[in-house]
Amino acid sequence: MTEKKLMKGNEAFGLAAILGGARYYFGYPITPQNEVTEYMSRELPKAGGSFLQAESELAAINMAYGAAAAGGRVFISSSSPGIALMQEGLSGLASIEAPVVVLNVMRGGPGIGNIQPGQADYFQATRGGGNGDYHSVVYAPASIQEAMDMIVEAFEVADRIRNPVMVLADGMLGQMMEPVQLPDKERTFSLEENLKTKPWALTGHHNIRERNVIKSVYLQQDMLEQHVNHLWEKYKKAEKELVDWEEVNLDQAQVVFVSFGTTSRIVKEAMKNLKNIGIETGMIRPKTLWPFPYPAFERLWEGTEAVVSCELSKGQMIQDVALGMAGRIPVSLIHRTGGMLLTPEEITKETIRIIEGGGKHEAGF
Amino acid sequence: MKPVFEYTKGMRDQETHYCPGCTHGVAHRLVMEVLSEKEKLGETIGVCPVGCSILAHQYMDVDMIEAAHGRAPAVATGIKRVHPRKLVFTYQGDGDLASIGMGEIVHAAHRGENFCTFFINNAIYGMTGGQMAPTTLIGQKATTAIHGRDSKLTGNPIGMAELLATVEGAVFVERVALNTPAHIRKAKKAIQNAFLVQEKGLGFAFVELLSICPINWGLPPTEAVQWLENNMIPVFPLKSFRFPKEGLE
Repeated sequence: MTEKKLMKGNEAFGLAAILGGARYYFGYPITPQNEVTEYMSRELPKAGGSFLQAESELAAINMAYGAAAAGGRVFISSSSPGIALMQEGLSGLASIEAPVVVLNVMRGGPGIGNIQPGQADYFQATRGGGNGDYHSVVYAPASIQEAMDMIVEAFEVADRIRNPVMVLADGMLGQMMEPVQLPDKERTFSLEENLKTKPWALTGHHNIRERNVIKSVYLQQDMLEQHVNHLWEKYKKAEKELVDWEEVNLDQAQVVFVSFGTTSRIVKEAMKNLKNIGIETGMIRPKTLWPFPYPAFERLWEGTEAVVSCELSKGQMIQDVALGMAGRIPVSLIHRTGGMLLTPEEITKETIRIIEGGGKHEAGF
Repeated sequence: MKPVFEYTKGMRDQETHYCPGCTHGVAHRLVMEVLSEKEKLGETIGVCPVGCSILAHQYMDVDMIEAAHGRAPAVATGIKRVHPRKLVFTYQGDGDLASIGMGEIVHAAHRGENFCTFFINNAIYGMTGGQMAPTTLIGQKATTAIHGRDSKLTGNPIGMAELLATVEGAVFVERVALNTPAHIRKAKKAIQNAFLVQEKGLGFAFVELLSICPINWGLPPTEAVQWLENNMIPVFPLKSFRFPKEGLE
């Protein structure tokens, strides 16, 4: 039997990172993710790792950049405004092809916003976020257990494709407690073994190899184009290999919801309410936001009258939903923003209005 | 027969992109000379800034990385965490270190990070074409201060060595110049000492090297070295600001 434990989200994220092999963590206080930083300061040294509180998120991501380039397995976390400050580093990490796992415990925005849960960093996370042509892989966990599994997996993916991988959680997931199943035993992770898989890392050449140079400047335009094309070959491959989603009741659904993260759990409550009044609904729940599960939308049957994006933003993921639908079925939006949450009752009521309106409706609050 | 002069081991056999008369070449060579004399080229990791020396990795025969503008001390901090027994250094100009990277350098010093920073102060932005730097002298002309720097508008030139000397974790702080052979010999000694501080694990070591930028100063190199002597040294005095109490021998 594996151990089952009741854990707070933010602490479970930290534990998952250590189990996934993270040995370097650079953090800066920001709510609602402070427990991650506090947990890592307490627990990472016990695992033989190195914790450092940086002077800013800007410094934290650049410390991560240095540690990743040196071959370390690196974890960083922050919340929306802090992640905004890290975009320079994420763009740089994608360019130098260094693996880092980034956790965003999202809160309300824009600006300083507030510390309530939000999903309005969707564009920033999935479109790159920093300057230039690049992507981060983005996972969207809906439970603490799923977040732990995704964080462990994220380190393998980051090493494999040599790119930043983001886990996009929110303040609700960070602050709540749930039972989680821990892996049988802690993974043993050694820098020496991991370094053998990273011949590009900065280790000192020891006069036995050519010097390693890690760079993101390509002053000749044809060289930069060639470099970006190389990154894009990786992204094209990742789109096929990494895309992941959950399907619920698509075969009979009159209405199909699209929702990610904690919001998808509220939508599942509304689906029960709707079933009780005789409306069959289904759900596509993206587990990866980049790559986005466009193929899932080809699976919808002719009985589906409406596709509804449910999200905690003014409508960001809906653009990907519309791309996935390509005009075949009307796409609507049910949303709250600013740190407000959707309720199952709101979703139920708005869904009925959408059906009555022939599938096209923007639910505003 | 023993050769009287050889190409510096540690400098790659390559023409540089630096302008004629620029002292980056001298500074590069001093850092590489010190490392090769210590036989530590293979155990060193360097961090390049954004600025003229972003391409220093083309010339220095050690593992190197480019940092984003101003962030070299944070990048070096991350590298040193992974490889605490390797020698790590940053090489940064005045726009990079004293302007956009002020936060990172002060906090790296404040934490007593165990790496070396070599700070090239030529009182101007070089790569972008002669804009005013935090170290630009009062009255010195720049493309963003065409009538000369006015302290009422933009303050006075900032003394990074003086500033960092107030930070406890910066155990070695020295300012040197690259305009005369005598000054260059002292500069090499300071670089040697900075690496010794790191090898002994004493804390953060900082060497400010006053340098010339003939192109953006609008002076021939022979006059530029004189301009540095007459104008920069009075504002940026050459001295040892901090030296480890326990000594280095």
